[in-house]
Amino acid sequence: MTKHSSLSRRSFLKNAGVLGCSLAASPLVTPVSLAAAPGDHRLVVIVLRGGMDGLDLVRPVGDPLFAGLRPNLSSADPKLPLTDFYALHPEADKLHALWMAGELAFGQAVSTPYRDKRSHFDGQDILEAGVGAGGAIRDGWLNRLVQTMPDTQLRTALAVGREDLLILSGDATTSGWSPDVTLPLSEASRLLMARVYDGDPLFSSALGEAMDLTDVLRPELLRNADDAPNDPSEVMSDAMMMAKAHRGTTGIATFTAEMLKQDTRIASFSIGGWDTHVGQTSGFKRPLKNLQDAIMTLKTELGPIWGKTTVLAMTEFGRTVRQNGSKGTDHGTGGTVIVAGGAIRGGKIYGDWPGLAEEDLYNRRDLMPTADIRLYAAAAMQGLFNATASQIEGTIFPGLDLSPGLPGIIA
Amino acid sequence: MSFDPRIAQNRFGYGPGPGFEPPRSVQHMLARLAGPDTQATRFPISGFVDVFGDLQEIRDLTAAFRKARNKGGDAVETTKAARKEKYREMNRKRDAWFLATVARCATAEDAFRERLVRFWADHFTVVGKGPLFQSVVATFPEDVVRPHITGRFADMLRASTTHPVMLHYLDQFASAGEGSKLAMKGKRSLNENLAREILELHTLGVDGSYTQTDVRAFANLLAGFAPGKEGRAAYRPNWGNPGPEVVLGKSYGGQKPRVEDVFEALDDIARHPDTARHIARKLATHFVSDDPDPDLIDALSTSFTDSDGDLMALYGALLNHPAAWAPAQKKIKQPFDYIASAVRALDVSVDTLASLKRKDRNLLFFGPLKLMGQPWERPSGPDGWPEDAAHWITPQGLAARIQWAVSAPSALNAKLPDPRNFVQTALAGQASEATQFAARAAETRWEGIGIILSSPEFQRR
Repeated sequence: MTKHSSLSRRSFLKNAGVLGCSLAASPLVTPVSLAAAPGDHRLVVIVLRGGMDGLDLVRPVGDPLFAGLRPNLSSADPKLPLTDFYALHPEADKLHALWMAGELAFGQAVSTPYRDKRSHFDGQDILEAGVGAGGAIRDGWLNRLVQTMPDTQLRTALAVGREDLLILSGDATTSGWSPDVTLPLSEASRLLMARVYDGDPLFSSALGEAMDLTDVLRPELLRNADDAPNDPSEVMSDAMMMAKAHRGTTGIATFTAEMLKQDTRIASFSIGGWDTHVGQTSGFKRPLKNLQDAIMTLKTELGPIWGKTTVLAMTEFGRTVRQNGSKGTDHGTGGTVIVAGGAIRGGKIYGDWPGLAEEDLYNRRDLMPTADIRLYAAAAMQGLFNATASQIEGTIFPGLDLSPGLPGIIA
Repeated sequence: MSFDPRIAQNRFGYGPGPGFEPPRSVQHMLARLAGPDTQATRFPISGFVDVFGDLQEIRDLTAAFRKARNKGGDAVETTKAARKEKYREMNRKRDAWFLATVARCATAEDAFRERLVRFWADHFTVVGKGPLFQSVVATFPEDVVRPHITGRFADMLRASTTHPVMLHYLDQFASAGEGSKLAMKGKRSLNENLAREILELHTLGVDGSYTQTDVRAFANLLAGFAPGKEGRAAYRPNWGNPGPEVVLGKSYGGQKPRVEDVFEALDDIARHPDTARHIARKLATHFVSDDPDPDLIDALSTSFTDSDGDLMALYGALLNHPAAWAPAQKKIKQPFDYIASAVRALDVSVDTLASLKRKDRNLLFFGPLKLMGQPWERPSGPDGWPEDAAHWITPQGLAARIQWAVSAPSALNAKLPDPRNFVQTALAGQASEATQFAARAAETRWEGIGIILSSPEFQRR
């Protein structure tokens, strides 16, 4: 199928031109232009849904209380040491290699302003809205960042995956695509469809962009008449096959990288599965693998652009310091933010460590937050997109107290 | 511009379909609406009172499971399995209610009623938070919207404010008045969430003439409401605030918290001029245009004020205004409406819908709705689904619609209609030249049907 793709694509464009359809005005045939995009830096925000246990990922093995609090979730012989005090989760070998290369850092004991109720739903809303406790959940902070940037285009900011990401929703125009969506049409049907949409700019430009985005990842989907789907059940099974092949984190990260190589500067997607109440030793592995795959796929696929890229992986809250009765952990407060990329000052753990003694914990159960997680996002936005203090505390994170200073995570 | 049966069935209904007569006049539409709610009887959906026992059972099973987990032993697995089965049962109910909702819209003679139900349910958006409430959101329109749809706005507002799913969603159950003993002892505190959203979203609107002080006072007034026994709201005076509270310049209640004072304030807010304006704008935006004619908004607002929030009068003002009949199709069908109207045009039998297996329900409905940007019963916030066309016709949203249009009809309908006929059935004289051409020129039936259902004329109203 692949070998026909460029040919059929060309013939499609040619025919579309003959039909006089308004695709000519669509991004489909707009030459890729980096010049108009705002700057050269890339920011990827990964939302870790479910409450990622920072204490399991970045283990404070140097704290004498740690092993006692988590008998099943601490290893006596840390396989992947980070510093004298911290070791990485033993399965996080790929992240460890990144750390060694100076392309990975962590912020410890961070949290959103959300406290006490420990609901995923509210916690994620506050994380993505970037507001203070009790603030209105309307739009997302990445969208507000785009609003402050000059010369943005449709593709400057991109939400990847099936869900409607609050973090990117709002008044600024952003793009969104799930790489498992297909346009299951024969060449002839595409031409008919383009003709039906001619004269309705909303529909014709969305179709043009959809075809272009489908093509980014899978040019083979632009079929020749020979291999067009023969019946609708085939369409559905094709769609399912594509969904299966591209739904995973690797599919999402590959597509994200492809877009970042073009006009996209800000992208976001989410990785779930972190709500490890029971049997965390095994339950943590799958989301951790997904996270590692996502970051490593971005690095590999981006090639030299990785050097301009910063990845922030953020979660709604950390988890209880003590393991619970079912060898897992429950919803907590302070947690960990992951910072990766070629553009960062890596090999370092940022933030103040609050300690694990009971009196040092939040509500005598959770890691005490010592920094607002939004300061890390603010540092990235300042370092990558020159966001000013007034833009940050006025628009992007209304009311955020910048006086603690921004962590120096960007090189 | 005046009444047109083709515009009526599309813009104010679920579109044409085999065997459905379009409305004959505005009077005809209003008369049907004033008549009995036959679809609710034909395709029943439970109210909250009916499912309260189910929720109680889940609570009990959870308690039993926790107890067993602490003790250890065989009971851990059996209680866990019992709870899982109960959750499954609730998911089956939720799916059945979804299909009943589709069936109501797809087979309605009085389709304007179904559109209004979706409008008001969105106006008073609730989301089922947590495993307990997420399966019972469908009870909300059943209890709050349908009984009051031809009544008074103030009654619907009161029903919404006191519905257990709303009280849970916007945290009202956790709110104690600032001067209550509970708050003084530091055991509970005031939560402004519901109070704020009532003023900002349900009544006055974000540009309305209220201040943070009003929100605070209104929250203190509302404190005390919570989901109660037997699935009805309860008012707990010991959680209430010793008043009086001054909301929008008027003082309510006294030292002793009383539910009557809350209702009095709600009634006053319901008839506030800003509320009239806000409802007028929303109704016009939902049905007619993302940027509605100011004269239409004025007419609706005036009707709302003059009739003291009589909703039949409001609908009459909408349907009797020339702007409602402008031929240009400004509105995009939201994904649920898109699918429901396609089911109607395709004449999918109710039995086919009801007999869909779980996998097919996901493949044909829940998955596509999510991909189109409208996961069932999961709007991202209390402000409900966006109205603007550009929000829905995105590259992904459109691709998902096209994907559904070419594949789902064959799975839902044993024999697909001839596209040359279907273009008339589905678009009833509103098909463009290009769409009619495509219906003739498509290589296969399913592609022809797919293109017709993907056409702007079918997706707009």
